[in-house]
Amino acid sequence: MPRAPSPALTACLDALRTQLGAAAVHDDADSILVYESDGSRLHDAVPEAVVFPRSAAQVAQVVRACVRHGVPYVGRGAGTGLSGGAMAHDGGVVVALNRMNKVLRFDAAERRIRVEPGVRNLDVTRHVAPHGLYYAPDPSSQAACTIGGNVAHNSGGPHTLKDGVTVNHLLGVQVVTPQGEIVEVGGDERPGYDLLALLAGSEGTLGLVTAAELKLLRTRESVRTLLVAYPSVEHACEAVSAIIGSGLLPCALELLDVEVVDALTAAFGLEFPDGAGALLLIETDGPLAGMKTEAKRIEAVCKEHGALSVRLAADDAERAQLWKARKQAFGALGRIARHYSTQDGVIPRTRLPEMLRHVREIAARHELRVANVFHAGDGNLHPCLLYDDESADTTARVVAAGQEILARCLELGGTLSGEHGVGIEKREAMAQLFDATALEVFTNLRAAFDPTGLCNPGKVLPLGRGCGEVLAAGKQVSS
Amino acid sequence: MSVAPDKPAPASAPNSVGAHDTQAAPSEEARSSPCVHCGFCLPACPTYDLLGTEMDSPRGRLHLMDALESGRAQPTPTLLGHLDSCLGCRACESACPSGVAYGERLETTRALTVHAPRAEGTTSPWLRRALLFGASAPAWVVHAGVVVTAAAQRWLPGLTRGIAKRMGPGAEAGLELLARRRPRRARLPSHAKPDHTPKRRVALLLGCLHRPLSASLHEATQRLLLRAGCEVIVPPRQGCCGALARHLGELDNARARVAALMDDLAAVGRLDHLVVNAAGCGASLREAAALWPADHPRHAEALSLGERSVDALELLDELGLPPARRAVPRRVALHHACHLVHAQGVRDAPERLLASIPGLQLQALADADRCCGSAGVYNLLQPELATTLREQKVQACRESGAELVAAANPGCQLQIEAGLAAAGLGLGSTHPLELLDEAHRD
Ligand SMILES: Cc1cc2nc3c(=O)[nH]c(=O)nc-3n(C[C@H](O)[C@H](O)[C@H](O)COP(=O)(O)OP(=O)(O)OC[C@H]3O[C@@H](n4cnc5c(N)ncnc54)[C@H](O)[C@@H]3O)c2cc1C
Ligand code: SF4
Ligand code: SF4
Repeated sequence: MPRAPSPALTACLDALRTQLGAAAVHDDADSILVYESDGSRLHDAVPEAVVFPRSAAQVAQVVRACVRHGVPYVGRGAGTGLSGGAMAHDGGVVVALNRMNKVLRFDAAERRIRVEPGVRNLDVTRHVAPHGLYYAPDPSSQAACTIGGNVAHNSGGPHTLKDGVTVNHLLGVQVVTPQGEIVEVGGDERPGYDLLALLAGSEGTLGLVTAAELKLLRTRESVRTLLVAYPSVEHACEAVSAIIGSGLLPCALELLDVEVVDALTAAFGLEFPDGAGALLLIETDGPLAGMKTEAKRIEAVCKEHGALSVRLAADDAERAQLWKARKQAFGALGRIARHYSTQDGVIPRTRLPEMLRHVREIAARHELRVANVFHAGDGNLHPCLLYDDESADTTARVVAAGQEILARCLELGGTLSGEHGVGIEKREAMAQLFDATALEVFTNLRAAFDPTGLCNPGKVLPLGRGCGEVLAAGKQVSS
Repeated sequence: MSVAPDKPAPASAPNSVGAHDTQAAPSEEARSSPCVHCGFCLPACPTYDLLGTEMDSPRGRLHLMDALESGRAQPTPTLLGHLDSCLGCRACESACPSGVAYGERLETTRALTVHAPRAEGTTSPWLRRALLFGASAPAWVVHAGVVVTAAAQRWLPGLTRGIAKRMGPGAEAGLELLARRRPRRARLPSHAKPDHTPKRRVALLLGCLHRPLSASLHEATQRLLLRAGCEVIVPPRQGCCGALARHLGELDNARARVAALMDDLAAVGRLDHLVVNAAGCGASLREAAALWPADHPRHAEALSLGERSVDALELLDELGLPPARRAVPRRVALHHACHLVHAQGVRDAPERLLASIPGLQLQALADADRCCGSAGVYNLLQPELATTLREQKVQACRESGAELVAAANPGCQLQIEAGLAAAGLGLGSTHPLELLDEAHRD
């Protein structure tokens, strides 16, 4: 329910209307309603206003106004996040950064580019491709998600296996600190604390990114993509371990189970091998000379582990189609269920088959269907719990099953999040992963950046731990 | 989210959506493809691109429509403003992995809110009223209106301009477009057969607005269909396809039009296809069945009409044409009409046909499948956004190095042509069928 605007909020928005112009500030019922959710629907919270700054200076004005009036704020890019990170659970202001979407500087010779936070991931590669370059981190949501969101979640993608995640391709960022100052972080080798690494993955709790300097790679000389069918998920998982164990280093190793294959068939009319219980999408890249043998070796290992069939993408068009299907897999789940909730646990690769059995068992116990499509090479699971109604009972079962899956990941020696972030979804589970001392260090660190606790409060760290933001906001967080 | 079966029937939720709920007959399909909120449609949406606000994005609009249905939101002028700013270009559908039937959702919601008050500003209420009148008037009235306005504009330009000025920028834009065409009656034999046994028996749709405005296109279409081996009938009695009424949300009226059209077509005997050369009309006809609930007697008939409706380019591509008779040495850029590429999923046929013309050089056009701003009557209702989109399209055309821009929808063609002229570029615009005809005429 919309709450009546507090005098503090009104004063804050009045100030922002004067500074940014009235058109940049929206607090009507329809606008704020739309900003109540991101890529997941389990953590909806209606903010009190949405503001659209156009420059770092304006972002700084927004932050200062919020601090002055004690209004919480949270950054937002494209709203494709899956852990409720961009939700305003304490009310307050959503700072939409998608309109800051200019390329600021591009140096092809130096292979670097500086962009505003609202530039979309894929647009970076589009911009530099004519120069034989690309930006490596490739989240499946790359057509839509923004660089700001990528930095905040330290996002990865299928090619993370070889290329690494966002932080490995980040040369520097400009942030507006929770005190409202514009600061450059990173740049060429500097002694002292590595703040850049700290900011990457900080989920917008240590400041708002207003520019990012990215490292670019040379377009890959040659690529081979294979689609391998297995009778079961277990067979596919064994093959994954075998491939990595054999010293081969594919650049992507993705697993899709039969539910996902069904959804993709419905979405794209693709034809997958009959009788397949799981598919592996494997890609390898490198100098043209060795490619053929490399692909042959991967194929041989796949066959040794019970592959039903191995298909090598004939050309770029077929490759592109396979990847399109893979990258749209989450969205395509809409073909087989009305809603889904994606989990994001990481476990040691060798325990994949065991973990997947647990996932199936947990889902069945909560009377939920489950579909799996994930970065198998990294052991980064994405079990998608499928459900068809939003009743309180169903939602509760989804949340409970999700928590159980995460707990099981931890038991198997894994961790909470590979790439989707902790957000609001997994903050309580952080207490299972870290002990009290570690959490206190986190809390103090955060307070050092954000003494007023207004910067994306209620995210990442468990509540009830004396987090600065909870004390400062002084109210119960509803969820 | 979309309606779960156990929730109350949304169309009748008290106060949620105006008094006109009799109009909507949401189809099962529209309800069964849920939006999973992935956001993949955002980069495809021209209005999100221009405005940068999620209320004006596909995901946001679906969210607002859901809220209207469930009664969480009211049809306020601001909310309707976000729905009215939608082009209905359906690029979001091409981008959506979940298969959300966005167009149907929009149509249903527009029907429920068609007479609700709008905010002052963008659209002139007079123009809206005039268009709504046009959408519910008999086809001959529309036809006569076009001819009279065009004539008035030729002979009494001061008067028409004066009236348009009072009605707002949308009307002026409309007049500007109309001034680019001289309406005339198409010279079409009502029944033409190829020399050999016909491959298909087809009827040609002339449309309402396009009947007088696209005479030469209709003639070209008929010649090409004949050459491809079709027996072509031009039913003498045929009205409007109902698309305009549908876009505006006047569904009762659209139903009446489609029903009349089906009756008129029934009178000419068995037909393999109804051939359409305006993508907007074609898209609407293909989805004619959505106008009636599945148990309505007209539903099955409309389903069959939808299955048999085909864009002329798609049919020609399927049937194949004999070798061209002459070269057309032109540099051409192809704009993908939204209602062909996104609403009907026809992307390759126009390109293949153009590529088959000897001497014709296809130039790459950036964002070729992005809306030009025409979007039915959008350019009249939302002149500001439409003009920005038109300018972007013109810029892309300029950069393509083409001398001619082809678009498979007369509305787009006109919009782009006006844009090119306003920019003072020496580029022309045409319909791919006219280029094909040039290559194939005796
Ligand atoms: C279908 C689908 C597939 C996905 N696949 C992947 C995948 O393969 N790999 C992966 O890593 N993720 C994936 N994601 C998750 C998501 O796309 C990423 O987390 C992405 O980086 C979020 O970017 P965004 O612009 O949408 O951010 P938002 O959702 O808008 O925000 C995410 C978080 O970042 C913060 N934030 C946003 N912009 C800024 C800024 N400029 N400064 C500071 N903080 C900011 C927000 O406050 C929030 O906490 C997927 C999501 C979907 C829906
Ligand atoms: S792409 Fe489809 S499922 Fe995803 S947000 Fe857009 S409409 Fe919803
Ligand atoms: S129809 Fe076009 S303008 Fe409307 S939401 Fe979809 S993409 Fe955007």
